[in-house]
Amino acid sequence: MTIKRMLGTAAAVLMAAGTAQAQMSDGGIKIGVLSDMSSLYTDLSGAGSVLAARMAVEDSGIAGRSIKVEIVSADHQNKADVGSNTARQWYDVDKVDVIVDTPNSGVALAVNEISREKNKVFLVSGAASSDLTGSKCSPNTIHWTYDTWALANGTGNAIVKTGGDSWYFLTADYAFGHALERDTEAVVLKNGGKVNGKVRHPLNNADFSSFLLQAQASKAKIIGLANAGGDTTNAIKQAAEFGIVKGGQNLAGLLVFLTDVHGLGLPTAQGLIFTEAWYWDMNDANRAFAKKFSAANRGIHPTMIHAGVYSAVTHYLKSVEALKSDADGKAVVARMKATPTEDTLFGKGTIRADGRKIHDMYLFEVKAPAESKAPWDYYKLRATIPAADAFRPVADGNCPLTKS
Amino acid sequence: MTTLHGATAATGDSGRAQIVAFLIMTGLLIAAPAVIYPIFLMKALCFALFACAFNLLLGFGGLVSFGHAAFLGTAGYVSAHAAKEWGLPPELAILGGTAAATLLGLVFGLIAIRRQGIYFAMVTLALSQMVYFYCLQAPFTGGEDGIQAVPRGMMFGFIDLRQTMTLYAVVLTIFLGAFLLIYRTIHSPFGQVLKAIRENEPRAISLGYRVDHYKLLAFVLSAAISGLAGATKSLVFQLATLTDVHWSMSGEVVLMTLLGGLGTIFGPVVGAFVIVAMQNYLAQFGAWVTIIQGAIFVICVLLFRRGIIGELGRVLKKAL
Repeated sequence: MTIKRMLGTAAAVLMAAGTAQAQMSDGGIKIGVLSDMSSLYTDLSGAGSVLAARMAVEDSGIAGRSIKVEIVSADHQNKADVGSNTARQWYDVDKVDVIVDTPNSGVALAVNEISREKNKVFLVSGAASSDLTGSKCSPNTIHWTYDTWALANGTGNAIVKTGGDSWYFLTADYAFGHALERDTEAVVLKNGGKVNGKVRHPLNNADFSSFLLQAQASKAKIIGLANAGGDTTNAIKQAAEFGIVKGGQNLAGLLVFLTDVHGLGLPTAQGLIFTEAWYWDMNDANRAFAKKFSAANRGIHPTMIHAGVYSAVTHYLKSVEALKSDADGKAVVARMKATPTEDTLFGKGTIRADGRKIHDMYLFEVKAPAESKAPWDYYKLRATIPAADAFRPVADGNCPLTKS
Repeated sequence: MTTLHGATAATGDSGRAQIVAFLIMTGLLIAAPAVIYPIFLMKALCFALFACAFNLLLGFGGLVSFGHAAFLGTAGYVSAHAAKEWGLPPELAILGGTAAATLLGLVFGLIAIRRQGIYFAMVTLALSQMVYFYCLQAPFTGGEDGIQAVPRGMMFGFIDLRQTMTLYAVVLTIFLGAFLLIYRTIHSPFGQVLKAIRENEPRAISLGYRVDHYKLLAFVLSAAISGLAGATKSLVFQLATLTDVHWSMSGEVVLMTLLGGLGTIFGPVVGAFVIVAMQNYLAQFGAWVTIIQGAIFVICVLLFRRGIIGELGRVLKKAL
């Protein structure tokens, strides 16, 4: 299956129509999808991101205008050294012009530095770290879909405003968990909520029972899960066993994706609240994209990361075409920032000077099994966070690009 | 007397073969960047050095350590931190990283050599897990983001490491230097005693050798060279992350050593190149990389247990 898909990618690679235009460096545009193809982020990015990039290229109709676009992909195995080696090789040897996706903040930060050094373009959809548009911001990088600040802010803010004013944090005991907890707590307090308590659990924890019992005893309305991946899903599963949601408390996930909800199943995940940038069942354009996407992706529906890859590649191709050159990464990114974004999935948007793509974010709640009408019908919208409030203000990011 | 004479002759013969092999290896490595991507070569060289250090301990000392990632990773973090935050020149950053790994090796060694076999392996694994959790939590390591954008800088004030080929020359020099150090160690009286301990520890004790001293020294030396590899690697990639302290790295180095040939001199180098090449060139196959790696390991263990170089040496009837 995987090999078949790789061959498919190779075929897409060869879909050059006519001769390449002379102005594109090395005879065409080459897009590298650097992602996790084998481990924990595979379903939410991985091969789906390659597919999304391919769909963006097809839908742009760029091949009909005699510009050759190739897509290559690789697995970074969630190792920063493997990712950094691939990125360097792509830029130096394989003449890749732009790298997209790249879940895993460690790998993304490494590619961020290499893209700056080699003056190429890096379009981040999968990674979460808000440092990419903060202290580590780069004139060659655009952070497209979401970031840790937006998730913490969206979830914290909207939940307090909709009545969830007392919180208890279940935090993974390492830098990422601490950062999520700190950011969310600040938002909760700012909006007049209170934090009843918090407990730190070790990374990759299997048994959450004692932590969940403490959370239950705290009588907080919201239990905030400042963790990710397996820790989040384990905590949610065990919370369901303890009947925490049925008992009137709500779980707030700070990093949850559609594929996580699918994996957990509605009986377990129901009532979970979290923030995302995009959901497939929100309008006709999204549904049409999801239908085409899932048909080519073993039925797995697109996550916000896939949609972000599609949107980012679309805007990139437009800007390169307008600029008539893909050679100078900084110039391409400057052009992308100067042009308002518009595509079928994210609608109209803008890109800030610090590289942050701006759009609405949404607070979702997972449906109860009875409310779900169709496969993958999982979310109901609780609130829309307008673009202006969804992301960290430029001044708070400490991005060197914005100080001149 | 005849046996002894025969043995000496064989050693002399193998010695010549090893010199030829060394010259071939050096020649290939000098010519390689013309054909192969230099950053990849540098990565492979760092891992080759790491595997050689591990092989010194396992292949010649008979000590199975499952904690070698701690030395590689710690040295990487220390040298990255020294180069980035303290602004030290690369040679001092590498020395600092190596020194940190050496100290850590001394601590690990003092505790671990009191036990043998599986207990020794478990003690090293436990200690390296402690180092892993320290690196995960300590503020200076940057958690799972690692230390990024480490400057390569100017070595000795005049060698510009930002030039890829210059850096390659430096990494190759470091590798060859450490490789020769290991070669010398193995063929010194110290190395002979180490082999004697591996073959029969009670007999070595009865001959009056203080085996704990020898084991500790071998352990510290192996840790130091692993640290040298880790420190160099952090300058090549300009980053230091949790990958290098994770226990799976300790497993990978076992795989490299076994695949290349345990207890051979050139085996770990070949093993490291094979594994790194697989990780690199098979990256587009996604999930298949780990499966292929596993299959190769099984085939290696089933069909040629001496490893690539071990089998080659058997065919040529020379110790390589």
